[in-house]
Amino acid sequence: MGRLGHALLAALLTAVVVAPVFGLRLVREGAATLLEPHWRPVATAAAAVFAFHLARPWLARAAGRMRLPQLPALPAGGRRSAALLLAALALAWPFFGSRSQVDIATLVLIYVMLGLGLNIVVGFAGLLDLGFVGFYAVGAYTYALLYHWAGWGFWQALPLAGAMSALFGFLLGFPVLRLRGDYLAIVTLGFGEIIRLLLTNLGGLTGGPDGIAGIPKPTVFGMEMARRASAGGGTTFHEFMGWAFDSRDMVVYLYLMALLLALATLFVSSRLIRMPIGRAWEALREDEIACRSLGLDPTRIKLSAFTLGAMFAGFGGAFFAARQGLVNPESFTFIESALILSIVVLGGMGSQLGVVLAAAVLTVLPELAREFAEYRMLLFGLAMVLMMMWRPQGLLPMKRPHVELDP
Amino acid sequence: MSAGENAAPRPLLQVRALSMRFGGLLAVDGVDFDVAPDEVFAIIGPNGAGKTTVFNCVGGFYRPSSGEVLLDGARITGLPSHKVARRGLVRTFQNVRLFRRLTVLENLLVAQHMQLEHRLLPGLLRLRAYRESEEAARHRAGQWLDVMGLRPYANREAGNLAYGHQRRLEIARCMAARPRLLMLDEPAAGLNPREKRELQGLIDRLRREFGVAVLLIEHDMNLVMGVSDRILVMEHGRPIAAGSPGRVRTDPRVVKAYLGEA
Repeated sequence: MGRLGHALLAALLTAVVVAPVFGLRLVREGAATLLEPHWRPVATAAAAVFAFHLARPWLARAAGRMRLPQLPALPAGGRRSAALLLAALALAWPFFGSRSQVDIATLVLIYVMLGLGLNIVVGFAGLLDLGFVGFYAVGAYTYALLYHWAGWGFWQALPLAGAMSALFGFLLGFPVLRLRGDYLAIVTLGFGEIIRLLLTNLGGLTGGPDGIAGIPKPTVFGMEMARRASAGGGTTFHEFMGWAFDSRDMVVYLYLMALLLALATLFVSSRLIRMPIGRAWEALREDEIACRSLGLDPTRIKLSAFTLGAMFAGFGGAFFAARQGLVNPESFTFIESALILSIVVLGGMGSQLGVVLAAAVLTVLPELAREFAEYRMLLFGLAMVLMMMWRPQGLLPMKRPHVELDP
Repeated sequence: MSAGENAAPRPLLQVRALSMRFGGLLAVDGVDFDVAPDEVFAIIGPNGAGKTTVFNCVGGFYRPSSGEVLLDGARITGLPSHKVARRGLVRTFQNVRLFRRLTVLENLLVAQHMQLEHRLLPGLLRLRAYRESEEAARHRAGQWLDVMGLRPYANREAGNLAYGHQRRLEIARCMAARPRLLMLDEPAAGLNPREKRELQGLIDRLRREFGVAVLLIEHDMNLVMGVSDRILVMEHGRPIAAGSPGRVRTDPRVVKAYLGEA
């Protein structure tokens, strides 16, 4: 089959795939629903694919000549200054950005937190976890439920949310971490779904599909950030500071808190990777049998990665609940797990700065692409495919080594 | 088949009537031997004789079908391999198993994991106990790199080392884990003659200077005869001869097993 044959076949396949989507449209006419054929877009798509395939060898040559820009590899020392610069920039951001920009930046920081947490599990320890969002949900619901049933505030609930997620990570990890690779991925995928379904179906406790609303925002040293103190008596933050009330303050405050949490996560996880436990994670990723031959207990080491990763998801979840003021199971679907995993992979498995960068890219990109409406996810997917072809090792590949010995 | 005629009062490792069955195949059938502390003991035999299976049973990678393994008089049969390793039985692998993307130094640090301050809080807060433990670990790793002549490669990725160096690094990694019995699975495979001679010197030195007993599986007869105190010969999963190198070399059953029925 020559080039022409290939092109014809590709065009035919395109027509078959595109026809049900664009070629046949359902049109309501009063009570009846009619099927209305639109063959123009199908023909256009088939023709485009045909032309593309005919021109492919020529295109390939052109693409070969075209050089994609190379991201400079940062030297080890440069990473530190880059990180500091990034932190300074992040700190200044809310005082320049618009309200919605600051809000999106807060979302980015939540994903940074989640990405860094999952990075411990996937990037460092090499355990493919497709149910990470389950721990995020546990954290969010821990705060929501503690508020709803016991009236706890954010700061009281935060440590417990982390602890609760860690506990879930520990308990779920215990039976499954004997599994390897694909099996582990499938089981964790199942766990993520089980947690979401439990939250949906335990209606009496969790509010079912409607979730829990009216979750209070975090207080500032015990003071509310609201126009009026809710239950009389208390001083609000703006009264204490002697400012006029501005609803923007809350957005900035949430942002700064997310920044604090994200920086704490970054700090802790970059210490962890330099500690014996971090080396053990990496060693385990490289060769489990060799680890065992040196006296390292693989189950315990995996469990520690799983538990710590889950803990960060729990903190992220509690913060998410506070920011939204509302939690429901819809926020914790598999697509969320997939997004967090994409952040880790796109950033470069194990690379922390990469995770930060990827979290920003993957959160801001869909926001920028809002005008493309339903094609948004398509563009997102396309960007991921191109990225993985261009730079499979991620935006900022992990840099080793961590310790050096003088020769 | 008692191979302990002139062994030290209490053998470090005792293997008693060890058998391992895989389905219908009896891979190891009634193997007995002892290894004294500071002894170099070799197991030889044609391919498929069951040598590596013995290794895997002793090291806890397989659970033997019957028989028992004692370390210092305590039963270790059926313990998981990492627990066996913690008791001082550390091994290398036929196909080198390094942490390839970790540096040479880091490979040696991982090996010391159990000896280090590996709790979370001291590490996160960089307490003094932790910093000292890490410093000591780097120092010990450096010493082993010196012994093995690998110091110039300390900060290289282990996977990028030359093959002979990888073999040596694997032994260094075992030693960093502070074994009492070092188990080497075909350490000379793929080495050139000069490297083989160096390996022989190294095994000798580890035993003399660092007081470690060595259990060795090897095909290279020069190396085995040169370095071992005693040798066990296996064929088809069964022990066929044991004793000093001189005795084994002249044993008619061994000659037959190696040269075939002429």
